[in-house]
Amino acid sequence: MATAAAIAEIAAPVRRRRHIDPVIVGASVLIGALVVVALLAPWISPYDPNSANILATNQGVSAAHWLGTDPSGRDVLSRLIWGARLSLLGPALIILIATTLGTVLAIASAWIGGLFDQVVSRVMDILFAFPGLVLAMVAVAMFGSGPIAPVVALSIAYTPYITRILRSASLRERNLPYISACYVGGVPARSICSRHLLPNIFPLLLTQAALSFGSALVTLAAVSYLGLGVQPPTATWGLMVATGQTAILAGHPGASIASGILIIVTVVAFNLLGDRLANRHAVQGL
Amino acid sequence: MPEPAAPLAVEVRDLVKVFRLRRSPGIGGGRSAAKTIVAVDRVSFSVAQGRSLAVVGESGSGKTTLARMAVGLERPTAGQIAVGGRERRWKHVGSRERRRRAREVQIVFQDPYSSLDPRQTVGRCLDEMLRLHFDMDHARRTERIAALLEQVGLDERHAAAYPRALSGGQRQRVAIARALACEPRVLICDEAVASLDVSIQAQVLNLLSDIREETAVSYLFISHDLAVVRQVSDEILVMKDGRVVERGQTDRVLDDPADPYTQRLLAAIPRPGWHPVADPESDLVTS
Ligand SMILES: Nc1ncnc2c1ncn2[C@@H]1O[C@H](COP(=O)(O)OP(=O)(O)OP(=O)(O)O)[C@@H](O)[C@H]1O
Ligand SMILES: [Mg+2]
Repeated sequence: MATAAAIAEIAAPVRRRRHIDPVIVGASVLIGALVVVALLAPWISPYDPNSANILATNQGVSAAHWLGTDPSGRDVLSRLIWGARLSLLGPALIILIATTLGTVLAIASAWIGGLFDQVVSRVMDILFAFPGLVLAMVAVAMFGSGPIAPVVALSIAYTPYITRILRSASLRERNLPYISACYVGGVPARSICSRHLLPNIFPLLLTQAALSFGSALVTLAAVSYLGLGVQPPTATWGLMVATGQTAILAGHPGASIASGILIIVTVVAFNLLGDRLANRHAVQGL
Repeated sequence: MPEPAAPLAVEVRDLVKVFRLRRSPGIGGGRSAAKTIVAVDRVSFSVAQGRSLAVVGESGSGKTTLARMAVGLERPTAGQIAVGGRERRWKHVGSRERRRRAREVQIVFQDPYSSLDPRQTVGRCLDEMLRLHFDMDHARRTERIAALLEQVGLDERHAAAYPRALSGGQRQRVAIARALACEPRVLICDEAVASLDVSIQAQVLNLLSDIREETAVSYLFISHDLAVVRQVSDEILVMKDGRVVERGQTDRVLDDPADPYTQRLLAAIPRPGWHPVADPESDLVTS
């Protein structure tokens, strides 16, 4: 028994050598490529995304327009490339704000406990009752449409998800002896939270951020689709699905389908990434 | 034999801890009945500098709660704890006071698998303690880390290892090194060897005895295992349901228990390879 355990433990570091997960690599490369495309839009987009050409509306795939043109004669590929900017920036901001807020609230709740924890939990429960889309619609009704109101509303809507999951993880960590040992060792509370708790919940934080990104992208696209967010003629994928609808009826579904596929692919990439990160975390947690 | 002149490292008087278990509110709402558990009930003891006191008792008898109060993880419901002659207060304990207390009492927990931060190397773990408590430059800290690792029977190379690369016994050694890094007067071991293999248990126990000789640290040694207790403690405290039922010199209590509960406790632990009566033929425990 003793030797078997010893051998297993000696062997452990070798087995631990992180093998590369092709799904994580694939999803990361895809997401990275989308970000690069968004950043390089001015240089790689073949046309001005907003220049309409009434002589070339609803064109099919051609050498001049790889993905055809939309009902206003704008180049679909150019609009997809430029649309990547706001379509990715919106969810990125939402996730950045929501995870930052959520992490701080979660760790503070777990550490301070008591009344603070109860108040935070109740407020999060109340926010939970409102779906993100509803919150975004209310925000637009109050502050007018445009890119800012939905982003702020969705940041608030996603905070409870992140807070709830990270709070219970922080609470679990907080009750482990290594945190007690830090406390008994005289480590200041702030350092315990930032240098011990945070790194230990970080893999979960990344997972949640990736999973929420996909969901935020879809919700934001839905907001755009409903005409509540970014206004035409600005290109976002969600808006392109919406404005392409008239063309679908006219038998030219290209623009809608292309932007729809892009949304789906991006969301799937983020979800796969989140899923695999979660699995890896679970394995390492053993 | 406690010399009356030896200064007391820890003195505990009439310590009480009551846990209130709040049951989830019933369907009818209203105030739920609060159930209380008296985990520690008027316990008093003292440990002289350089001495070792064992606390034994069945599961749930309040041993861990006692230890957690001694290190400030749990606030006593009543009673006093004095360390190094200084009375503990429980309100407004800032981080400076906590740091000072860290240099008085340290603890080693039972489970070596969760008592080290998985995201911190052994070296950084010890370094954190040294930075916090002593004004040493980088070179001196590195030297001290090597010395601490050697003291607990590890190697300088282990400084770069993450806990997951270490065995249970090695992790427990790191936890002991971390506790010693603060140079405490009192080291509390809460079942510190219970989860280890018997052979590794013996090594760690020997290590703890060596450390006591080298540093004059006092031990509060919590254990289920009476063979272990005999090896490491001068005196013994037997607890049952939060109360002390018997106390005295270790050999006297183990060889001639007065309280019926202690007698039952002794009878209940026939461990293979352990001989309650000194047996010159068998040298298993010491070899
Ligand atoms: N945080 C807590 N909240 C409520 N009850 C608690 C808490 N901690 C301990 N108790 C209760 O106090 C009693 C004493 O527990 P304690 O952990 O001190 O026992 P122990 O002697 O260390 O047991 P073991 O040998 O199993 O470790 C138990 O009945 C336990 O359920
Ligand atoms: Mg215990």
